[in-house]
Amino acid sequence: MSASPRVAANNAPARKKQLALVIDLNVCVGCHACVTSCKEWNTSGSAGPLVDQNAYGANPTGTFFNRVQTFEVGTFPNTQTVHFPKSCLHCEDPPCVPVCPTGASYKRPEDGIVLVDYDKCIGCKYCAWACPYGAREIDEDRKVMTKCTLCVDRIYDKNLAPEDRKPACVKACPTNARLFGDIHDPSSEAAVAIRERGGYALMPEWETQPANHYLPRKITEIIAQVERES
Amino acid sequence: MHPAFSVILFTTLAGAAQGLVVAIAVAGLAGAVLPPTFVLTSLGVAFVVLMLGLVASTFHLGRPERAWRAVLMWRTSWLSREVIVLPAFIAVVALWLLLAWTGAAQGLVPLLMIAALVLSALLWVCTAMIYACLKFIQEWAHPLTLVNYVLLGLASGLLLAAALGSLTGAGAFALAAAQWGLGFTVLGAITRIASLVRNAGIRHASTLQSATGIRGNNLRQTSMGMSAGAFNTREFFHGKPLWLVKRIKHAFLVLAFVVPVLLLALALSTGASAWLLLAFVVQYVGLIAERWFFFAQARHPQNLYYQVVS
Repeated sequence: MSASPRVAANNAPARKKQLALVIDLNVCVGCHACVTSCKEWNTSGSAGPLVDQNAYGANPTGTFFNRVQTFEVGTFPNTQTVHFPKSCLHCEDPPCVPVCPTGASYKRPEDGIVLVDYDKCIGCKYCAWACPYGAREIDEDRKVMTKCTLCVDRIYDKNLAPEDRKPACVKACPTNARLFGDIHDPSSEAAVAIRERGGYALMPEWETQPANHYLPRKITEIIAQVERES
Repeated sequence: MHPAFSVILFTTLAGAAQGLVVAIAVAGLAGAVLPPTFVLTSLGVAFVVLMLGLVASTFHLGRPERAWRAVLMWRTSWLSREVIVLPAFIAVVALWLLLAWTGAAQGLVPLLMIAALVLSALLWVCTAMIYACLKFIQEWAHPLTLVNYVLLGLASGLLLAAALGSLTGAGAFALAAAQWGLGFTVLGAITRIASLVRNAGIRHASTLQSATGIRGNNLRQTSMGMSAGAFNTREFFHGKPLWLVKRIKHAFLVLAFVVPVLLLALALSTGASAWLLLAFVVQYVGLIAERWFFFAQARHPQNLYYQVVS
């Protein structure tokens, strides 16, 4: 057969770009550097300000695009602590977008980033209801819905050095647990990681096709396999 | 979900007004001769109640001054469709009220009645589909959501129509409305209980396992990543103890269905209009509890990520 996959791929229409994060659960240490760097960049960038309430009081709360949660799996003494960063997954079929009554929520055709136009948002919160992941947070001061922008005001900035044109969380991660790239480009670091290291999506049951993927922990995989076999 | 009072008030008020308008329109189209005072009073009440509902709904918005933008995405958004249909329905009721008041252009009234019926039906569809289209909120994603919005709205509106009819000298209409109201209250009780039974047996498709993809047994959260809560912990949890939620369920079953049925039976046997008014008021209170429970019972999958503060 002369028609190699490479030729077929070249003849296929140009793939649409889909930027995304790939999060490596093997190396995330739960330091929250991605949380604070996200807040720092975005509160002063085009997505901001991300307002806090009661910031210096007993119960501080506020708007964040990114959270790091912690889970424990297994039975003592064979337990694993898994730190789990969580932000908007930039779904390829985002359920938050069609429900928006004003068109403030949209998915960019050019790179697949899901964004909110803060000048059009009426703060009805329906998009947050329509996101199974709880990725959106309303800004209680500005009264508009906010969410991860994949640092859209940073990744294309020609004034930054090329190696800095990445989301703030990716740059801040001390263990390189966050990979960034076009998952539709098979040669990108993100796509290679998904393909070769079993990258998976969250809540596949709702068919939202999240663009962000997670790399499973090798050690929990091995333990789970041993448990299955025993 | 956290029940928002703005939405509870809007859906119950609009439902009652829609039922009331449907009752007069159907009676009018069926050829019933209704006393002008009754028609004028009823349309006036419907208009005021709809405006109250509209005002209540704007309290749900962070930026009500931009509410006009919500008409733009009607191709994809049920909320957008509702934002278009509601003012159209109010406009038809207002025009009908104006004609009833001035006595002008009576030839238009049958057309307005048909328009009111169609728009009222569309409004019920839009309101219910806002909830029923969210497939991962499994308590809502079912045809019974639509059925209940329609039947409970009709029951409430018919009881209001019966009360207004008996207070303004439309005795024959009031009797018929009370009988139909009784029927729809019983029917609504059956379908609402059916949805309670269905929701009690739901197996939620999302689990902590599918939400995180972490393999292995005995998976549990040890930290949600913040200590003092966030939008995610305020908007999607009702925060009330289980016993209170159960009591509100029992309260709505008694107030929206049992008591109104008894009061309607009393009204139909004695002919006293006070019982009709009381039946409507008690049922309305019951429907507020019903709507509160409708929101509180819905378990959003995002709650899986927000279980433990530390």
